[in-house]
Amino acid sequence: MTSADQHWSFLLGKLTLEALPLHEPIIVATFAAVALGGAAVVGALTYFKLWGYLWREWFTSVDHKKIGIMYMILGLVMFLRGFADAIMMRIQQAIAFNGSEGYLNAHHYDQIFTAHGVIMIFFVAMPFVTGLMNYVVPLQIGARDVSFPFLNNFSFWMTTAGAALVMASLFVGEFAQTGWLAYPPLSGLSYSPGVGVDYYIWALQIAGVGTTLSGINLIATIVKLRAPGMTMMKMPVFTWTSLCTNVLIVASFPVLTAVLTLLTLDRYVGTNFFTNDFGGSPMMYVNLIWIWGHPEVYILVLPVFGVFSEVTATFCGKKLFGYSSMVYATVVITILSYVVWLHHFFTMGSGASVNSFFGITTMVISIPTGAKLFNWLFTMYRARIRFDLPMMWTLAFMLTFVIGGMTGVLLAVPPADFVLHNSLFLIAHFHNVIIGGVVFGVFAAINYWWPKAFGFKLEPFWGKVSFWCWVVGFWLAFTPLYAMGLMGVTRRLRVFDDPSLQIWFVIAAIGAGLIACGIAAMLVQYAVSIIRRDQNRDLTGDPWNGRTLEWATSSPPPAYNFAFTPVVHDLDNWAAMKRAGVARPAVGFRPIHMPRNTGAGVILSGLSAICGFALIWHIWWLAAVGFAALLFTAIAHTFNYRRDFHIPVETVIETEAARSRELALAGAAA
Amino acid sequence: MSAHPTPASADTASWYDLHEHDHPEGGSTLLGFWIYLMSDCLIFAMLFAAFGVLGGNYAAGPGPKDLFDLPLVALNTAMLLFSSITYGFAMLAMQGGNVKAVQGWLLVTGLFGAAFLSIELYEFAHLIREGATPQRSAFLSSFFTLVGTHGLHVTFGLVWLGVLVVQVGQRGLVAANQRRLMCLSLFWHFLDVVWIGVFTFVYLLGMLR
Amino acid sequence: MSAAHDTHGADDGAAHGTMRDYAIGFALSVVLTAIPFWLVITQPLADKGLTGGIVVIFAAVQIVVHMIFFLHMNAKSEGGWNLLALLFTAVLVLIVLSGSLWVMHHLNTNMMPMSHSMADMP
Repeated sequence: MTSADQHWSFLLGKLTLEALPLHEPIIVATFAAVALGGAAVVGALTYFKLWGYLWREWFTSVDHKKIGIMYMILGLVMFLRGFADAIMMRIQQAIAFNGSEGYLNAHHYDQIFTAHGVIMIFFVAMPFVTGLMNYVVPLQIGARDVSFPFLNNFSFWMTTAGAALVMASLFVGEFAQTGWLAYPPLSGLSYSPGVGVDYYIWALQIAGVGTTLSGINLIATIVKLRAPGMTMMKMPVFTWTSLCTNVLIVASFPVLTAVLTLLTLDRYVGTNFFTNDFGGSPMMYVNLIWIWGHPEVYILVLPVFGVFSEVTATFCGKKLFGYSSMVYATVVITILSYVVWLHHFFTMGSGASVNSFFGITTMVISIPTGAKLFNWLFTMYRARIRFDLPMMWTLAFMLTFVIGGMTGVLLAVPPADFVLHNSLFLIAHFHNVIIGGVVFGVFAAINYWWPKAFGFKLEPFWGKVSFWCWVVGFWLAFTPLYAMGLMGVTRRLRVFDDPSLQIWFVIAAIGAGLIACGIAAMLVQYAVSIIRRDQNRDLTGDPWNGRTLEWATSSPPPAYNFAFTPVVHDLDNWAAMKRAGVARPAVGFRPIHMPRNTGAGVILSGLSAICGFALIWHIWWLAAVGFAALLFTAIAHTFNYRRDFHIPVETVIETEAARSRELALAGAAA
Repeated sequence: MSAHPTPASADTASWYDLHEHDHPEGGSTLLGFWIYLMSDCLIFAMLFAAFGVLGGNYAAGPGPKDLFDLPLVALNTAMLLFSSITYGFAMLAMQGGNVKAVQGWLLVTGLFGAAFLSIELYEFAHLIREGATPQRSAFLSSFFTLVGTHGLHVTFGLVWLGVLVVQVGQRGLVAANQRRLMCLSLFWHFLDVVWIGVFTFVYLLGMLR
Repeated sequence: MSAAHDTHGADDGAAHGTMRDYAIGFALSVVLTAIPFWLVITQPLADKGLTGGIVVIFAAVQIVVHMIFFLHMNAKSEGGWNLLALLFTAVLVLIVLSGSLWVMHHLNTNMMPMSHSMADMP
C-alpha cells in the first residue's frame, strides 16, 4: 500500500469508487430515476418555498398526529421500494428456466430477497402500525398528546435514519445477501466480508432505538393519560391491542438489540459468539434472534386486530361482541408469544421433547386467535352491516387470515414441519398472515381514519378497484407457492432445473402484477381524493357514525385534540354521548398547556445515521466525531428546560367557534 | 365495575371535565423510565443467556479458575454497594432540599463509581496481558461482553451524574431536576442489582465449575 | 389496576426512601454479599452443588432486598404498574434464560458429531 492509499483509507475507510455499483445497469437506471425524482421534489419544495413550513410544522413537530402521519408516509414510501423488490423476484423466478439465468445475477438477487424481507418488516409494517397507534391512541383515550412528545419525534426520526441507511445501501456498496435474519456463520466475517451485513446491522440498530422508545412512550401514555373514568375495562379495543403491542415491543426489541450487538462484535472485534471456532455456536444466534422474532409477529398483527374490532363494531352499528373475551385473548396472546419461538427452527435438532413442547404451545396460541374471529363474526350476526371500504377489507381479512392461520397450525406440527420447513409453503403461509392480516388491516385503517386525519373521505371507486386487485392478486400470487411448497420447492432459489414448475411461477408473477395494479389504484385513490377533497368534506368529525372518542372531536382535530377532556362512562363513550344528546361545552375555555416543537430529534437522528454510515465503512475518525457530537447534542438538549407553552384562550375559542359553524353547516346539509 | 353510573342526562358537565387543571409536566417520567429499565434488563438477560450457554466453551484456553481473582471482585462489589448507599444519601438530601449536600453525595457516589470502573479496567487489562482476550474463546467473548456492558452502563451513569451535578448547581432542586435525580437513582440501583447477577453467576459460580 | 387513575398527574406516584430503609438495605446487602464470597473462597462445604445453590439463593434474596430498600418497590407505586412491569420482566427473563439453556443443551446433546457415527449404532 502506498502512503497516498493509506491517507485515503484513513479518510474514507473501505469506501472507494468501486463501492458504487456502476456495473449493474438496473441499479444505475434506478439511481438515475431516484436522483431525477429527488431533484424534482427538492426543486419543487424550494420553488414553492415549503422548506420552512415543513421544518416548522412537520419535521420538528411533537404533535402525535403529525408524527403518526409522517410514520404512515415513511411506511408507504418504503412499501413501494419493498414491493419493487418483490416483483423483481417474481419476474426472475418466472423466467429462469430451461437454462436461462434470468435477468438478475446471484449477487443482486440475494440482496433483493434480503432487502425485501428487512424492508417489509422493519420499515413498512412497523412504521404503519406505529403510525396508526401514534395517531389514534391519544385521541381514543381523550389525551392531548403522548407522555413524552419529544421522544416521539426522536423515535420517528431514528426509524427514518435506519430506513435511509437501507436505501443508501442500494447505491453505495451493497446490502446483505443473507436472508432477512442474517444467520451466522453466513453473516459472519468469513462468509460475508463486504459491507452488506454491516448496513443491515446498523440500520436495524438505529431504527430499533426508535421503536423501543416509541413503545415505552405509548405504554406510559396509555397507563397515565387516559381520560377520567376510563378504567382498563373501558378502554377501546384498539387501545388495548396497542398496549399489548407496545409491551411486546419493549420486551422484545432489546433482545434484537443484544443479539445484533453480539453479531457486531463478532464482525468488528473478532469475538467468537456465533463463529464455528473457539467454542462459538451459530445455533445460539438462531435461538436468540427468534426470541425477538416471534413476538415481532404479534407486534405487527395485534394492532390490526384492534383495527378490525373498531371497524366491525362501527360498521355493524353495535357494540363489539365479547369485549372482555377480546381483551383476555389479546393478553393471552401477548404472554404466549414468548414461549413458542423454537417453532421457527424445529429442524435444528433439539430433539423430540423440546419440539413437542414448542409445537403444543404454538397450537395453543391459535385458541385465543380463534376466539377473536368468533367475536367479530358474532358482532356481524344479525347486524345491519354497511359495506364501506374499511368493512370490505375486514371481510377480506377474515377469509384470508383464517386460511393463513390454518396453514400455520399445520406448520406447528413438528413432523409436518420437517417436510415443509424452508419450502415455498412456509413463504405462502407467512405472506398469507402478514398480507391478509397486517396489510389488509392497515388498508382498512387508512380508509377508516383518513377522514379523521385530513377532514375528507377517500373516494370509494378507486378504493374498490384497489381492493379487488389486491385480494384476487394475493390469491393468484400465493396459491401456486402453497402448491409448490407441498411439492418440495425450497425458498430463495434463483434458477430452476425442472421446467414443469414454470407455469406455477408464471401464475404467481401474474398475481404480483395484479397486486401492482392494486397499489397503483390505491395511489390514484389518494390523489383523486385529495383533488376532489371539497366534494368529500367531513364537517361533523364523525363520518362513519363512530363509537369511540376520536370521533368526538373535529376532523382534523385541533392541535390540542379536545378543548375539554371527555369524562368516560361507557365502553363506547362517544356512542353513549350521542345517545344522551350531550351538547358541546360552549363557554369556560381556558389556555391549554402543550409541548413545544424542537429540532433536537432530527439532529440526533441525523448524527446517528452519520455515525452508522461511518461504522459501516470503517471510517473510524468520522464515527468518533459523530458519536462525540451525538453525546454533546444529547447533553445540550437536557439543558433546555423550556419545553412547553400555552395555547392562548383566544385561539381555543376561535377554533371551537369554527367547529360550531362547521357542525351547523353539516346539520343544515343533513 | 364503574364508579360513575351512566348518566342518561345530556348534562355537559357530567361528560366533560370542565374544571381541568394543567397536567404537571413529567407525570409519566418515572413510570416511563422504569419501563426503559425493564427493557434494559432484558438486554442483560440475553447477555446472561449467552454466557450461560457459551460460558463453558473454553476452546482449550483458560477458564474461570485460571483467571478470576475473587478478593478483587469482592472489593469491586464493595465499591458499588458503597456508591448505592451514598446515592441514597443524595436522595435523602434532595428530600431535605439541601443543594450542597445533594451535590456532595453525588460526587462521592461518582468517586465510588469511578473506583469500580478503574478496578474493572485493571482486571480486564490484566486478563488481556495474560492472553485471555475476548477473541480467545466463546467463554471469554461472553465474559467480556457481559461484564463490559455493565461497565459501559456505569460509565454512562457517571456522565449523567456529572451533568446533574452541574444542573442542580445551576437551577437548584426544581421539579425537573428532582425527577432526573430520581431517574438516575433508579438507574444506579438497577446497575447494582445487575451486578448481583454478575458476581453470582459469572464469578462465584464460575469458580465452582 | 386503575385505582390511581382519576388522580393522574396529581401525585408523582413514586415512593421515597428513608434513612432507615437505606441503612437496613445496606446492612442486609453487606451480609448477603459477604456470605457467598466466603462460601466460595474458603469452600467450607464439600459439595459444590450445594454451595452453588446457596449462593444463588443469596443472590435472589439480595435482589429482593435491593428492590424493596433501594428501589422502593411496592404494590402501590404508580398504581401497581411498576410492580406489574417488574414481575412481567422477571417472568420473561426466566423464560429466556431457562428456555435458551434447555434448547441449547438438548441441541448440543443431540448434535454432538461423535455420538452419531455408525460405529456406535447398536
